[in-house]
Amino acid sequence: MKRIVILGGGTGGTLVANRLRRAYDPEAAEIIVVDRDDDHVYQPGLLFVPFGRSDVRRITRSRRRQLRSGVTFRQAGIDHVDVGADRVYLDDGTVLGYDVLVVATGAQLLPEETEGLTGPGWMRDVFTFYTPEGAAALRTALDRFDGGRLVVNVIDMPIKCPVAPLEFCFLADEYFVRRGIRDRVELTYVTPLDGAFTKPVCNTELSGLLTDKGIELVTEFNTGTVEAPAGGDADGQGGRLVSYDERVVSFDLAVVIPLHGGAGYVSRSTGLGDELGFIPVDPGTLQAKVKPNVFALGDATDVPTSKAGSVAHFEGDVLAGNVRRFLDGQPLAASFDGHTNCFIETGFGRALLIDFNYDTEPLTGHYPARMGLPLLRSSRLNHLGKLAFQQLYWHGLLPGHDVPGIGSAMPTRGKRRAAAETAGALSRR
Amino acid sequence: MPTATYGGHTVTVNDEGFLTDPSQWTQEMAAQIASAEGIDELTPRHWQVISFMRAEFQAKGTGPTVRVLGKTSGVSVKELYQLFPHGPAKTAAKIAGIPKPRGCI
Repeated sequence: MKRIVILGGGTGGTLVANRLRRAYDPEAAEIIVVDRDDDHVYQPGLLFVPFGRSDVRRITRSRRRQLRSGVTFRQAGIDHVDVGADRVYLDDGTVLGYDVLVVATGAQLLPEETEGLTGPGWMRDVFTFYTPEGAAALRTALDRFDGGRLVVNVIDMPIKCPVAPLEFCFLADEYFVRRGIRDRVELTYVTPLDGAFTKPVCNTELSGLLTDKGIELVTEFNTGTVEAPAGGDADGQGGRLVSYDERVVSFDLAVVIPLHGGAGYVSRSTGLGDELGFIPVDPGTLQAKVKPNVFALGDATDVPTSKAGSVAHFEGDVLAGNVRRFLDGQPLAASFDGHTNCFIETGFGRALLIDFNYDTEPLTGHYPARMGLPLLRSSRLNHLGKLAFQQLYWHGLLPGHDVPGIGSAMPTRGKRRAAAETAGALSRR
Repeated sequence: MPTATYGGHTVTVNDEGFLTDPSQWTQEMAAQIASAEGIDELTPRHWQVISFMRAEFQAKGTGPTVRVLGKTSGVSVKELYQLFPHGPAKTAAKIAGIPKPRGCI
């Protein structure tokens, strides 16, 4: 009997465990999922919490209960992995040997790595919505905010869901309009990138939206220090973001997306991760470079695509197949193409949809085919799609079912190639 | 493809001025590229970063980001900005004759 140990019971770990459980008879393989807690958070839902449009309870379920029967759930922290000996050491002293290891422990936030970020202003005038506690605390702070300078700052890439900070700006604009105080709020988006988004066609669309909504864009800003407002009341001196090249952005309320790194145990596991704690893998097969019986997916890897739930979903299909091929002694399939698919909330009940992979940037057209959802265009339908997706997540994606019309390879039917070629020509000029 | 000439050597560059073929680079070129980027003198600390960039590129096929440089080059992010005020990863990559670091998506 083979033993497959999966570290992390989030999106990637859960759906891979369920796919593998269906693929193997109970006598053929033991499948163990390890996670330090039993709270599976539907992370895309965190965006809505600060605006009172969702709450943490509504987006959290038991990790254990998302796993098929026959999958063992071990609730424990991970001390380290001994890759050479094929063993995982847990915090409670247990040692788990494995035939195959799947790393699915995602990314963690590292706010303490930015000077001043976790100082006296943290969770008082400086927040993040990337954690359940942060999103809930920010809701209270937004309710009390009657005007002033609100900045949204991405410290550095990579981050989970790179479009979420922009979505936050669009939803904040709507929120203040609805409260009748939009004219008293200065909204600024501060990014280390040289544009609102990295991909040209998408960047044009999203920059246009920022301009339309009166949101100021500050680019190539590498935050060195966060200084909290003195005293923390509205009459006190404002806070400041100071970049390494000594530019300053002042604020009354800051929403910061801290640095991200891999899970803590990765750096304690010799050879497993890179400098930031992400797992170097083959981008097509998702096999770890450190050893053939180690695989990784989702936010935990170093693949050059977005850290997004859709990526973990598409990777899960390829990875589960490759774990089986590996255990059968067959060659692996290098079939993950970097497929990423994101709904982008643009405010007032509308959303964009983008779809891309390692080689193809987001294009206009429709997804997954000509009669589908409009791509790169704000629409009511995409917003409803985003809201409906939460149910699909719990009931279709996590159980590891193939979701009709959403395959792991990026679809090209319904997309306008010409648009991309034009954009390419423009950006080359 | 555009070209640039440093000390009599003609090299191919992309439209942002990054060398497209790192093997065309020579140490002598570094000072000239640096001066075009507003850095008048390359100190041993600059060279530590430049050599590190080239070694990383050889090993991994892409230059490191500022954050990774700060963690691994032996030069802190703060000092990196003092050495290369207009974006350390980008400027050091250009001077080191390697492509612009891919960064992240």
